Amino acid sequence: MTVSTTALWGVIAVLSLGTFLLRFSFLALIGKRQLPDRVLRVLRYTPVAVIPGLMAPQIFLPSLGDTAPDPVKLAAAAATLLVGLWSRNVIAAMASGIAVLALMTWITV
Amino acid sequence: MTTSPPSQLPPSQLPLSARAAYWRGFRDASPFILIVAPFGMVFGVVALDAGFTVAQTMAFTIGTYAGAAQLAAIQMLSEGAPLAIVILTALAVNARMAMYSAALAPHLGGASWGHRALLGYLMVDQTYALSAMVYDSHPGMTLGAKIGYYLGVASLIWPVWVSATLVGVIAGNLIPDWVPLGFAVPIAFTAMIGPMLRTLAHVAAALVSVVGALALSAVPYSLGLLVAAGLAMLTGAAVEGWMLRRRGEP
Repeated sequence: MTVSTTALWGVIAVLSLGTFLLRFSFLALIGKRQLPDRVLRVLRYTPVAVIPGLMAPQIFLPSLGDTAPDPVKLAAAAATLLVGLWSRNVIAAMASGIAVLALMTWITV
Repeated sequence: MTTSPPSQLPPSQLPLSARAAYWRGFRDASPFILIVAPFGMVFGVVALDAGFTVAQTMAFTIGTYAGAAQLAAIQMLSEGAPLAIVILTALAVNARMAMYSAALAPHLGGASWGHRALLGYLMVDQTYALSAMVYDSHPGMTLGAKIGYYLGVASLIWPVWVSATLVGVIAGNLIPDWVPLGFAVPIAFTAMIGPMLRTLAHVAAALVSVVGALALSAVPYSLGLLVAAGLAMLTGAAVEGWMLRRRGEP
């Protein structure tokens, strides 16, 4: 990480305040205005719209200096996603991903 | 706090006393320790690995109190994304909190300013999901009981999250350097995606997000992700609308 200490504290402060305002927003505004259903419907999809996109380049694009995606990462990510889909259990999915990552790293070393 | 004697309640109703509701919330939250604790530890380990100090890690975890956004911020910082983009992305991950806030406002909006600020700060997926479920299935709850239940959930989840982060920070120091931690964040996030894909609308949003982020990965300042996320949100909402219309028609 190449960020200065001051900048890092700034990010922490702004994110803390911003997140609080998102949480407090409608608790504070009660009685004045309700969000229209259309807006609530869009907000409902924020996690599933941000997180897969945040991860996709990590998983599918080659890292600097490589020409092809890393098969170890692809396999670990696939195991994590599939176990998550099947079990609906975040911890089981994480454990599977880490197990595949460790196994494949050990095999390919 | 009780406004009517408990004997008037049907057996399935929550007791109206705030104290009883508090302990019920505390008990209902206990299974979530299994989810919150490992995530807190992962955050502690990863933050330290990314170059955060212990003080910064703990300030981040207590101030923001939102694991997915914290991990997203660390990921973007490690990639050298501009700070404004780091903040926008992490806040985008947390935008669902505004939806929780709107959903809980009819139940908790009558509380004092101080209480509402406290309840707001403590709002996470678990406090929202458990409280919304109980409020909807027990229409007779008083405001005091509703606040009690919410605080009961929060007073288990918050200490577990904060102490798990601290354990992660300590354990992170003990993990030898040769253990590859670099892929821990993608694994942690990917693990969240499977359980999120509950409906066709969620699947469509996730696909647009992945395809969009890959197609736009060359866009400078990591702005491609925000564009992809915006398109994915609209896609999810559009597919949900389409599914509702389809169901509504014979």
